[in-house]
Amino acid sequence: KSITTIIAVEFNGGVVLGSDSRVSAGETVVNRVMNKLSLLHDKIYCALSGSAADAQTIAEMVNYQLDVHSIEIGEDPQVRSAATLVKNISYKYKEELSAHLIVAGWDRRGGGQVFVTLNGLLSRQPFAVGGSGSSYVYGFVDAEYQKGMSKEDCQQFVVNTISLAMSRDGSSGGVAYLVTIDEKGAEEKCILGNELPTFYDQ
Amino acid sequence: MLPPLCFTADFRVYHMLSSKLKYDLSASTFSPDGRVFQVEYAMKAVENSSTAIGIRCKDGVVFGVEKLVLSKLYEQGSNKRIFNVDRHVGMAVAGLLADARSLSEVAREEASNFRSNYGHNIPLKHLSERVAMYVHAYTLYSAVRPFGCSFILGSYDQDDGPQLYMVDPSGISYGYWGCAIGKAKQAAKTEIEKLQMKDMTCRELVKEVAKIIYIVHDEVKDKAFELELSWVGEVTNGKHELVPKDVREEAEKYAKDSLEEEDDSDEENM
Repeated sequence: KSITTIIAVEFNGGVVLGSDSRVSAGETVVNRVMNKLSLLHDKIYCALSGSAADAQTIAEMVNYQLDVHSIEIGEDPQVRSAATLVKNISYKYKEELSAHLIVAGWDRRGGGQVFVTLNGLLSRQPFAVGGSGSSYVYGFVDAEYQKGMSKEDCQQFVVNTISLAMSRDGSSGGVAYLVTIDEKGAEEKCILGNELPTFYDQ
Repeated sequence: MLPPLCFTADFRVYHMLSSKLKYDLSASTFSPDGRVFQVEYAMKAVENSSTAIGIRCKDGVVFGVEKLVLSKLYEQGSNKRIFNVDRHVGMAVAGLLADARSLSEVAREEASNFRSNYGHNIPLKHLSERVAMYVHAYTLYSAVRPFGCSFILGSYDQDDGPQLYMVDPSGISYGYWGCAIGKAKQAAKTEIEKLQMKDMTCRELVKEVAKIIYIVHDEVKDKAFELELSWVGEVTNGKHELVPKDVREEAEKYAKDSLEEEDDSDEENM
């Protein structure tokens, strides 16, 4: 697995992405407030995990390709296009890269969509978790996720998941970043450490 | 003394000398009145071919091609003039068939690369712009000649609905509700304009398309012809395919009956 905790969830009419903010080099935390939710297009974001350099570079490349693509076709790109572009890079260079990007966004055809591109595969899922912290919360997300959650429910679900992962995973911590994307646009939010929900023994 | 004037097929007048002064020898030369003759000659090549029409309706697109049969030895259904460019896109051509075939391969590659890079069907406007750009490139250099064919692209998509675009040898692409290319394009356009295609379904439109091809076919100059019909729309679930045998036979019957009616009504007037 890789450092970080990232998560993305679909709801009817959009998606919510969440991440922690710790960047570590071995035992040292080199950045405790890094925003791992990166913009690919107005209504398409991706969550970065794994090697920070690899993940950021992939996101920048796809951001550029989507800019050109959206001008060529004359409309907003589909989430599937963004995910396919990420997948193509991840698969072609899979031996050299060590990053996993979860791509999520809104487009007019398919509404909110979440795509997983781990190791160069491409799969659409109702929700996805990634990064080293995800191992600790698979049980939680499987038990707590329900179809047909509202936007606010999804936001709460994401914050809870990130919070739990950060408290158990040494490679995740800091603050929680949230991005909610729907028809109207993308809204970024940062939840500070002391405002995060607390659970047993905190 | 002024050089002699002569009329072109569409009644524009130009000085006979302007083409003789070698402005028409390559696509990289403009004439003094700002025309590229090679491109215009390419469009003439299209006008020598038999007619192809494409019409967009409420829930799909229908293509009809008048395929002239030059010999009784021809196998029925060979030398198709309607191609499949991707599952959801059809292409009907007129002009030099060999040029058209090579362009259909170009279109197929574009659609395939798009799908490979972006993971979904290529939007028709984008495809027609890309192929038109390719056609246009061949009008810029003296080392190559322009493509001698026009083609009509059509597709149907659940979200964007039916789309129809036409590309001509100059490399322009326009979107249409109905268009015709080939020798009888003027007559066909007149017939198409009579239709209320925005309110029709594919099933109704197939019969009208067959009728138009039968109307514009010149019995005197060209004897036998084969009607090639294809459609893409809600009725085919977005897949472009040749019209099934029973629908085609019904459409041809409707076309032949309508022509007879018109002949009969002419006689009554006399």
